[in-house]
Amino acid sequence: MNAVEFSDVTLAVGGRTVLVGASFAVREREFVGVLGPNGSGKTTILRAVLGLLMPWRGSIRVLGRPPSRGDPTIGYLPQVRSNRAGMQLSGWDFVAAVHRGHRLGLPFLDAVGRREIARALDRVGAADLARRPLAETSGGERQRLLLAQALVGRPRLLLLDEPLISLDPHHQAAVVALARSVQEELGITVLFSAHEINPLLGAIDRVLYLGQRQAALGTVEEVITGPVLSRLYGMAIDVVHLHGRIFVMSEGQDMERDAHRHYEAHHAGPSHA
Amino acid sequence: MPDHPMLEYGFMRHAFAAAGIVAVLGGLVGYFLVLRGQTFAGHALGHVGFTGATGAVLIGASPFSGLVVLSVLAGVGMGFLGERIAERDVAIGIVLALALGFGLLFLNFYTAFASEAVALLFGNVLAVDARTAFVLLALGLASLAGLAMISRPLLFASLQPEVAEAKGVSLRLYSVLFLGIVGLATAGCAEIVGVLLVFALMVGPAATAQRLTHHLGWGILLAPGLALAEAWLGITMAFYTNWPSSFWITSLSAVAYLVAVVLSGRRSAAPARSR
Repeated sequence: MNAVEFSDVTLAVGGRTVLVGASFAVREREFVGVLGPNGSGKTTILRAVLGLLMPWRGSIRVLGRPPSRGDPTIGYLPQVRSNRAGMQLSGWDFVAAVHRGHRLGLPFLDAVGRREIARALDRVGAADLARRPLAETSGGERQRLLLAQALVGRPRLLLLDEPLISLDPHHQAAVVALARSVQEELGITVLFSAHEINPLLGAIDRVLYLGQRQAALGTVEEVITGPVLSRLYGMAIDVVHLHGRIFVMSEGQDMERDAHRHYEAHHAGPSHA
Repeated sequence: MPDHPMLEYGFMRHAFAAAGIVAVLGGLVGYFLVLRGQTFAGHALGHVGFTGATGAVLIGASPFSGLVVLSVLAGVGMGFLGERIAERDVAIGIVLALALGFGLLFLNFYTAFASEAVALLFGNVLAVDARTAFVLLALGLASLAGLAMISRPLLFASLQPEVAEAKGVSLRLYSVLFLGIVGLATAGCAEIVGVLLVFALMVGPAATAQRLTHHLGWGILLAPGLALAEAWLGITMAFYTNWPSSFWITSLSAVAYLVAVVLSGRRSAAPARSR
């Protein structure tokens, strides 16, 4: 059985077509990096898998079933949003809010629930971290806690949306290694979206590259090539390998890095408000 | 100095009962308002309630019924209007300005109401009669029950809206339900401290609690506890000094917050040095 299967899928958000007639299949227990320039539909695809967005055409299957909102077999780590007053609460409370959070009632956990939260926190080594208020954690620590949140409820599929944004290379590597070790230990499937391929090299099994309303799924060697990326970027792309790193270049510009930088500048303002 | 112990006076018993239930509700509702970054909504609903009260007098209904109905309607409307934070302030601001404009118009039509309007604006808990106290008690208990029922998904939707949405929680539904309850709590608080000072009873203790503890469980106990203590102490001080109870409640609320800011500032400075 495939973990995520897209058959001839067309997706649109707010009148803008993001994906046209895409077909690909992510196998179970695979760790797949989801890449592509800004607006190429990384978040949109994850939302479609979550059942928050219906395809215009084609069919999507998640672990053998059509996507359904609230699917307990999926763990989700959304993109970091602007600061909230709620960040004054401890990391523990943040993670615990997810446990059966959709049920009516008081927000207090029983012994089983508390064990479940402790287990998720232990899995990512965040038990001590969770005592501090979220506002006083670093970006890397926060991603660790959010990963714990995504593991609550023992999902079989993890969707991690840009967990590397605004982290330095050292913390990026730590988050990727942690996600990979959790994936191997639990034997689950992971879709990990990112702006740049390099932090993911060596950790991912395959890469799903998006662009120009198309998608290409394959190994890094198959997908990160001049011809494939030229098609996905809609311009001539050279792929340069240097000291074990990969650079996606167009007319001497590093496409992934510049895209990332643009994104950072765009998002730096509100996040510090 | 009064001749008798204060609880021998009927109006004092009514004041303590009414302020007690309203403070507990206001403190709890306020805690979620602060968590959600929606404190401005609580403030705005009070103003809208003022319009409801003055409008009700104009059509021959009791001011309190107008206060309750319009605050709740405005809260529900606010929940429908603005989902995203960026939209919220604008939506609330527009509703607020419109409501105050109408409140002014209604006062203009019915000038005999002017002295009661001052009580509406600044509160007069010592004037709460037995009937109003019972109504407040019933409304308060119903609101508390409603809040208790939705508190888990509300917390989830407040802390992690994207994940909550993915897990099947309707953000809009809980926003509407919650702001409806905020409307009720605001109307209750307005009876105690007046529409202009709702912040003191609803947001002050909640913000103080959030400064003092990072743990949800303690915060949920501390916020209504502080609100209750400030309300009852304020009424007691008013009884012995003959100064307005609203003055004492707002002062206590401000002092408590100030103390919490100083305390929490010290606490967060200490571990920063050792880290």
